[in-house]
Amino acid sequence: MTETKVKKNKSAIQRRLIPSYIFLIIVSFISVFPLYWMITAATNTSLEVAQGKIWFGTHFLENLNKLTSGYDLWGTMWNSFFYAAVQTILCLFICSLAGFGFELYHDKAKDALFGVLLLAMMVPQVATMIPLFKMISSMHMLNTVVAFILPAISTPFMIMMFRQNSRNFPVDILEAARMDGLSEFAIFFKMYVPVMKSTYAAAAVITFMNAWNSYLWPKVVMNDTRAQTMPMLIANIAGGYTIDYGLLMVGVLFCSIPTMVIFFVLQKQFAEGITGAVK
Amino acid sequence: MNNKSILARQQRAGWAFLTPATILIFVMSFWPMLNAFITSFKKGAAAQMTWATPIFNNYSRMLSDKIFIKSVGNTFFYLIIQVPVMLILAILLAQLLNNKDLKFRGLFRTMVFLPCATSLVSYALIFKSLFATQGLINQILQNIGITSENINFLGTEGTAKMVIIIALLWRWTGYNMVFYLAGLQNIEYSVYEAAKIDGANGWRTFWSITVPLLRPTIIMTFIMSINGTLQLFDESVNLTKGGPANSTMTMSHYIYDNSFGQGVANFGYSSAMAFIVFVMVAVLAYINLKVGDKRD
Repeated sequence: MTETKVKKNKSAIQRRLIPSYIFLIIVSFISVFPLYWMITAATNTSLEVAQGKIWFGTHFLENLNKLTSGYDLWGTMWNSFFYAAVQTILCLFICSLAGFGFELYHDKAKDALFGVLLLAMMVPQVATMIPLFKMISSMHMLNTVVAFILPAISTPFMIMMFRQNSRNFPVDILEAARMDGLSEFAIFFKMYVPVMKSTYAAAAVITFMNAWNSYLWPKVVMNDTRAQTMPMLIANIAGGYTIDYGLLMVGVLFCSIPTMVIFFVLQKQFAEGITGAVK
Repeated sequence: MNNKSILARQQRAGWAFLTPATILIFVMSFWPMLNAFITSFKKGAAAQMTWATPIFNNYSRMLSDKIFIKSVGNTFFYLIIQVPVMLILAILLAQLLNNKDLKFRGLFRTMVFLPCATSLVSYALIFKSLFATQGLINQILQNIGITSENINFLGTEGTAKMVIIIALLWRWTGYNMVFYLAGLQNIEYSVYEAAKIDGANGWRTFWSITVPLLRPTIIMTFIMSINGTLQLFDESVNLTKGGPANSTMTMSHYIYDNSFGQGVANFGYSSAMAFIVFVMVAVLAYINLKVGDKRD
């Protein structure tokens, strides 16, 4: 093929893709616009927002001051961050340990047990919340980080993700380490954890996001305003009779900043985390 | 040490690794589920519950509870309209973005995926504000002359449901697309080349190659979406407060209101309703798996 022919071919391909481009541009615009609008609204007064202003204003600090004087924004940000961090660390440790055990020490009994654990995926949150609430309140743990994390630190999804990804773990290393006299726990910490770094990263991203975003469970067990999380805070702001949209959108913005940063910095790990258990 | 004791030690270690996770799942999922089932046959306040008389009272009560029936209807309405539209759109987007000739693929993918970066409460409040009576959507519709006065989107039954569906589509289409993109990457590109040589057009390739090869992924996303939709809570609570007149209230929202919201702690009745949600999730997932298997 001559060069002009290739060029012609290429432009023909691109011409056939025009409907695809148009469709993707429309979908992309719809996907991005509400978030763009959220950011601009945070910089405008409530009146300007209601009048349909869609570019940036100069009232961000004013809105932020109103928010921090009426609500404990920084304390709530810290709560959300603290709960999510503790949940992520414990969930990763417990679930990776289980995934390691289920895959690399597997036998019939363990495989059967794994099948049973998967059934927990079918259990809806609204069914478990009443018994768990009673349990945690009888332990006098309401409004503590323990109450927040306890139902979420061992999930079938995470165990499955670590189990599936452990398939690629080189078994020869395991045998060699045993020959060297390493204990099974030392093998986990010294061999398994470093090799599985990318799985840990993906699992961390998805666990942190889930913890940060959770709403129903904290609403049940974190009813003290000093213990509340960001989603609860912004839901409270919006629950009032009259809504100050500028103020509300500053709250929504702060609630979205950590997850958006994670999204942009760790998008690959985020996508891997979502699809992680299904390979 | 002989071989046997080494093996036994290894086995013990294996069990030790999975014990914490297993105990937690039993205590935090299976035990509460069983407990909820037992509670569903009881009545009275949280502290001193007694067996309901007759024993199935909480279950028979559901049949005459108009709000519960309405919430089941609403939830299934979302399920039937939103899930198929979302999944078809997601496959279509994945198919378009899998084309190697397309430019700016990474940028498009990031933008379509972006709504997943917002929390459920955040996006519910963004959509609530956009569709407010004094909101941007009303402004735009008037400026381009489609409507002449503000529409109370969230205060009218039909439009409130529609706003929830639009919001759900916005938040979850990109999420499901990621599954399909991952699935498509497992399909050899040569399969498509072969189809092209055989003269198959875009639609034919889509229906006779993409969809069948993605079938396991489609079944999985279907089950996940059914599960998620049957448990919808954040959107119903924050976007519409279940209104107007309970016309957008979901099952989870109503169960929460009966157990922790609005000053009533009707744990027995709430548990009965929650058990029905569990049965629905399980039955629909089972049907889905069966139907998915048979198409071989």
